[in-house]
Amino acid sequence: MSAAPAYSEDKGGSAGPGEPEYGHDPASGGIFSSDYKRHDDLKEMLDTNKDSLKLEAMKRIVAMIARGKNASDLFPAVVKNVACKNIEVKKLVYVYLVRYAEEQQDLALLSISTFQRGLKDPNQLIRASALRVLSSIRVPIIVPIMMLAIKEAASDMSPYVRKTAAHAIPKLYSLDSDQKDQLIEVIEKLLADKTTLVAGSVVMAFEEVCPERIDLIHKNYRKLCNLLIDVEEWGQVVIISMLTRYARTQFLSPTQNESLLEENAEKAFYGSEEDEAKGAGSEETAAASLPARKPYIMDPDHRLLLRNTKPLLQSRSAAVVMAVAQLYFHLAPKAEVGVIAKALVRLLRSHSEVQYVVLQNVATMSIKRRGMFEPYLKSFYIRSTDPTQIKILKLEVLTNLANETNIPTVLREFQTYIRSMDKDFVAATIQAIGRCATNIGRVRDTCLNGLVQLLSNRDELVVAESVVVIKKLLQMQPAQHGEIIKHLAKLTDNIQVPMARASILWLIGEYCEHVPRIAPDVLRKMAKTFTAEEDIVKLQVINLAAKLYLTNSKQTKLLTQYVLSLAKYDQNYDIRDRARFTRQLIVPSEQGGALSRHAKKLFLAPKPAPVLESSFKDRDHFQLGSLSHLLNAKATGYQELPDWPEEAPDPSVRNVEVPEWTKCSNREKRKEKEKPFYSDSEGESGPTESADSGEQMAELGSSEGVSRPGLSPPFPLSFSEQSEEDGKRKTKKKKVPEGKEASSSDEDSDSSSSTSESEMSSESEEEQLEPASWRRKTSLSTPTVTPPSVQPVSPPAIVSTSLAADLEGLTLTDSTLVPSLLSPVSCVGRQELLHRVAGEGLVVDYTFSRQPFSGDPHMVSVHIHFSNSSDTPIKGLHVGTPKLPAGIGIQEFPEIESLAPGESATAVMGINFCDSTQAANFQLCTQTRQFYVSIQPPVGELMAPVFMSENEFKKEQGKLMGMNEITEKLMLPDTCRSDHTVVQKVTATANLGRVPCGTSDEYRFAGRTLTSGSLVLLTLDARPAGAAQLTVNSEKMVIGTMLVKDVIQALTQ
Amino acid sequence: MIHSLFLINCSGDIFLEKHWKSVVSQSVCDYFFEAQEKAADVENVPPVISTPHHYLISIYRDKLFFVSVIQTEVPPLFVIEFLHRVADTFQVCSSNVGDTLPTGQLSNIPWRRAGVKYTNNEAYFDVVEEIDAIIDKSGSTVFAEIQGVIDACIKLSGMPDLSLSFMNPRLLDDVSFHPCIRFKRWESERVLSFIPPDGNFRLISYRVSSQNLVAIPVYVKHSISFKENSSCGRFDITIGPKQNMGKTIEGITVTVHMPKVVLNMNLTTTQGSYTFDPVTKVLTWDVGKITPQKLPSLKGLVNLQSGAPKPEENPSLNIQFKIQQLAISGLKVNRLDMYGEKYKPFKGVKYVTKAGKFQVRT
Repeated sequence: MSAAPAYSEDKGGSAGPGEPEYGHDPASGGIFSSDYKRHDDLKEMLDTNKDSLKLEAMKRIVAMIARGKNASDLFPAVVKNVACKNIEVKKLVYVYLVRYAEEQQDLALLSISTFQRGLKDPNQLIRASALRVLSSIRVPIIVPIMMLAIKEAASDMSPYVRKTAAHAIPKLYSLDSDQKDQLIEVIEKLLADKTTLVAGSVVMAFEEVCPERIDLIHKNYRKLCNLLIDVEEWGQVVIISMLTRYARTQFLSPTQNESLLEENAEKAFYGSEEDEAKGAGSEETAAASLPARKPYIMDPDHRLLLRNTKPLLQSRSAAVVMAVAQLYFHLAPKAEVGVIAKALVRLLRSHSEVQYVVLQNVATMSIKRRGMFEPYLKSFYIRSTDPTQIKILKLEVLTNLANETNIPTVLREFQTYIRSMDKDFVAATIQAIGRCATNIGRVRDTCLNGLVQLLSNRDELVVAESVVVIKKLLQMQPAQHGEIIKHLAKLTDNIQVPMARASILWLIGEYCEHVPRIAPDVLRKMAKTFTAEEDIVKLQVINLAAKLYLTNSKQTKLLTQYVLSLAKYDQNYDIRDRARFTRQLIVPSEQGGALSRHAKKLFLAPKPAPVLESSFKDRDHFQLGSLSHLLNAKATGYQELPDWPEEAPDPSVRNVEVPEWTKCSNREKRKEKEKPFYSDSEGESGPTESADSGEQMAELGSSEGVSRPGLSPPFPLSFSEQSEEDGKRKTKKKKVPEGKEASSSDEDSDSSSSTSESEMSSESEEEQLEPASWRRKTSLSTPTVTPPSVQPVSPPAIVSTSLAADLEGLTLTDSTLVPSLLSPVSCVGRQELLHRVAGEGLVVDYTFSRQPFSGDPHMVSVHIHFSNSSDTPIKGLHVGTPKLPAGIGIQEFPEIESLAPGESATAVMGINFCDSTQAANFQLCTQTRQFYVSIQPPVGELMAPVFMSENEFKKEQGKLMGMNEITEKLMLPDTCRSDHTVVQKVTATANLGRVPCGTSDEYRFAGRTLTSGSLVLLTLDARPAGAAQLTVNSEKMVIGTMLVKDVIQALTQ
Repeated sequence: MIHSLFLINCSGDIFLEKHWKSVVSQSVCDYFFEAQEKAADVENVPPVISTPHHYLISIYRDKLFFVSVIQTEVPPLFVIEFLHRVADTFQVCSSNVGDTLPTGQLSNIPWRRAGVKYTNNEAYFDVVEEIDAIIDKSGSTVFAEIQGVIDACIKLSGMPDLSLSFMNPRLLDDVSFHPCIRFKRWESERVLSFIPPDGNFRLISYRVSSQNLVAIPVYVKHSISFKENSSCGRFDITIGPKQNMGKTIEGITVTVHMPKVVLNMNLTTTQGSYTFDPVTKVLTWDVGKITPQKLPSLKGLVNLQSGAPKPEENPSLNIQFKIQQLAISGLKVNRLDMYGEKYKPFKGVKYVTKAGKFQVRT
């Protein structure tokens, strides 16, 4: 057979024991004969009609390929089977083709038509695998076919095929880079894809083909951020790394002007990505959203990226964690970078290769941000079983982390390390001690003493390393250490390591004035052994001789001349040169002259102390986590991490057109965008107690009837609104200030109650879907209304919670970009908290305002109205130590200093009921009395409305079947059959948002519980004769049951 | 990204290769062999090696090297993570890898295939905690931390939606999740809610905050000394139970890397058996269970190379042990609920505490 000779090269290898597959034929005796036989039978097997034999043959062939054996001669026999019906055989043939098509291009072309057919197969798996193989065949002739196939697959209905198309792009690009422009078109198209399956792969293709086309990302930026958590791990790494670069080109550095952050009044208008993404389709946006130049405001898109990547720090994949860590390191404001430390420390438990990479990155980070890792100091302690390369990296980190306070512990650790058996590690430890000593002045002497003790160590390497480090340390303050230099001088008798000897000699020469008696003696000894010394030692002997000659020529003149003469005839020309040069410099001769007069200055000039610094310093100009950072050299294809721009590019480029259906359904709702202002308190808003925000608060408060000072979450008005709002602000600004100060005056309760009254009344008059308009009317008609009491919100400590809410909503569709909608109908009426009699003149009522509580979105916001009906002022009203059931938390209202007789005041407090209707009991204290009061929420107040589409609703409902579904039948009374009344009654009972609904007699409402954010879906199916069916779907079954009860009660009464 | 992959056994044979792009010659591995030689110890081979045209990123697992060839910039951890996943796959199925269609990709829940069916529906969870500690000479704890994992073995039909809650979830300081877990539920309620993958998988791994005091279940009394100018030394260690919460400590093994100058050891033990490998200088003492009445000890003479200086450092002791039915952090699973399916599964939770990197310095 012609194929046979080609296999002779396998014989050697195949004799190995590790090749069981070859032993299929145990009967065959000799290696040679069996080899021939095998390939013969492979061909026969491939030619038969039996699939099982073909499969067997293909398995053996693929095994050969995996071993790196040449199987190219079987090409014709294999390629025939590409059309085989058996999918298993087919797959293996594909594997073979991918490997050998490049070598046998002509024959490979025969198989192309099969793949082309495969591309049209109804089964998506076959379509995908045909494309995969087609794109893996590196035959230039088929480039046009590949191009066509990729284009087609990019619009395939199966996301899996589209993903494969994305994979094929870099392959085609590497085969023929002329296709770039066409490929970029495909990439652009796939980037717009909304499925998580495709996202990672297409960004990968983007990175390989056109990483410079950052403009392609703009429109997809928000989508990528939002999809990120659902993308598979490999895709996450690629996307995060790409977005890091993107953010560096598009946003301003968060570290500039950090202090100004708080004072910015405008930032309230920059809000959640969601609102923007949806609401900002219009043209005016561009102008409105350009951030003011001076004070730094984090672009909401920048924030979005930080927020959406943070949960990935808890990924199980080390690569993802590292990717997020580098993103935070490069993009986050200083105060937020700390969160990555914990996750990185966790990775240190992983495989040693992971540790190696992570420690390299930690070493770089710990130089810039030492404080970040300080709490985890002990996690970097070294075990004797760690591999040396890990030990040395940990040592590096420990050294970087050492500071004034922890240095004693660190040094104690180092002491243990010095006794290690691993000498390379000991040497590194000694250097680390040296670095600690230079960095931390306080311990310099301690370190030096420790190192001097090491000089008596038995191991020469240890001693030598210590000498080198001591030399560097002494150079910093030589005067005080004559003793140590003497000690070192004695060592020259014993120590043999050239570097150490050279260091000692240099030290003695440099500081010979501190050891005037010993120095000449050392020179004498060295002169004796000069010829036997290493070169670096010889050079230092010459150096020493010269310096001594200059300072103490009486004693050393002869010695110096002797040494110089020896050096003159040395074998090494460097040494001969140095000797000649030195002689000319120091020995005055007739013609010498000018230079020798300055010899002393030349030799004994004060020399700057060496700086001991980490090799990881400044490595952060490479993107952390990258290969280039690890190697500390630019790797091929490394994309430089750009510097922050001076001025942010136009952020409006990231705005996306709103899908049709949301547009129309939101037209009216947009008007009530003030709501989302409060729906979420965000991280960067921080403590904002400035005059600016006060003013802004007053103004916003007036337009809403309730105010939240200091709260400036980044939820924007939709931009189209903003300009309108702006104009309004100008006029309002003039009116507001008077009211602003009056925060706790008696007017408050009046105004708030009047507002709530007007709200109540308007409820009945207005259509539910037009809530914002009436609200604005109220607010505009009473422009002098001042904010009811004002609770200076403590800086919202728990802020990341909103993140959770964002994550929950993530699905594969674009609908997530729709902002949450708050139910407009407000408030249960006033409830009594403290009766006039019981309160000795103090009357306290409360209402559920249904506004999100600013400090903590899990809290139900409760307005407490105080009025003093006694005839003495009540002083020091505050909440006393609450005794709360587990989980329930209270955010107290600020103390009301004094309430004059007849006056009223309102305060806002937040209660986290933990999704239960347990009462929150607490004490209401005045200066003289304490009253035990309790607030028990109706179940409907434990939730906040969410907006969703009908489809989403149905989808969510589908997930909450079975035990989570509660259904009840009821009869609607005659008075309660109009749409209007039903909606009003339901929303009055429970704080839910209405979901648009196709059929007329079905009503849907949706909300989430405040604490856990579980969905609560309510459906009311009204039949003609008043019969109706009420369904509640919720994970929280208790809440569901109670809600059904309450709603039925409300509807039937 | 990854160009090629080579699998190399510890005697240096390349026994498997895979090329994703064009074929890279096996000779590229020579750079790897060179580095391996330089490193002396397999653990010290740098994971990333730069060669003139390629970068080699390698991992060492189960006495095999997985060497990948890279041509352009890629996050090293990405590759390392991938190689470890490959290694995991090899461990799980050493049979044919490419035999299963990527059906998971097409499911709505990528980690679980549709149409799973079992006659016995079972869900088991193993809470495994490891104590990492460094104990210093005097017996005080330099560093101690608990690292835990919950491994699950889920054999449930259909699309079960599970939620696992703890009695004391606040204990968990730092958690990393399997992608199936709903991060949001954890954030808000500290409940693990997930649709599980089918079969065995790691649900979470966690660290118990080091602020909490970590109970150290064993103590070791040791006296190891080498005499100056003599060719022998004394070796004496005793192990006893400390804070063991009333459970038996079992599976105790002590491993000691003795200094190079040690030639041999003549020891007697009151319990278990010991071996000393004169080549690697590793002493292994397999103790077994501790009975508090009679503490196991190992003592005797150490023979040193004559003439060599006595070792500077006493070797540190690496200790392994296991305590069944106990999670040393006190973590307790409260309940497991299943939604979405009608049948009643059999549920089980097992707790084990083990020594992780537990080292006693002497």
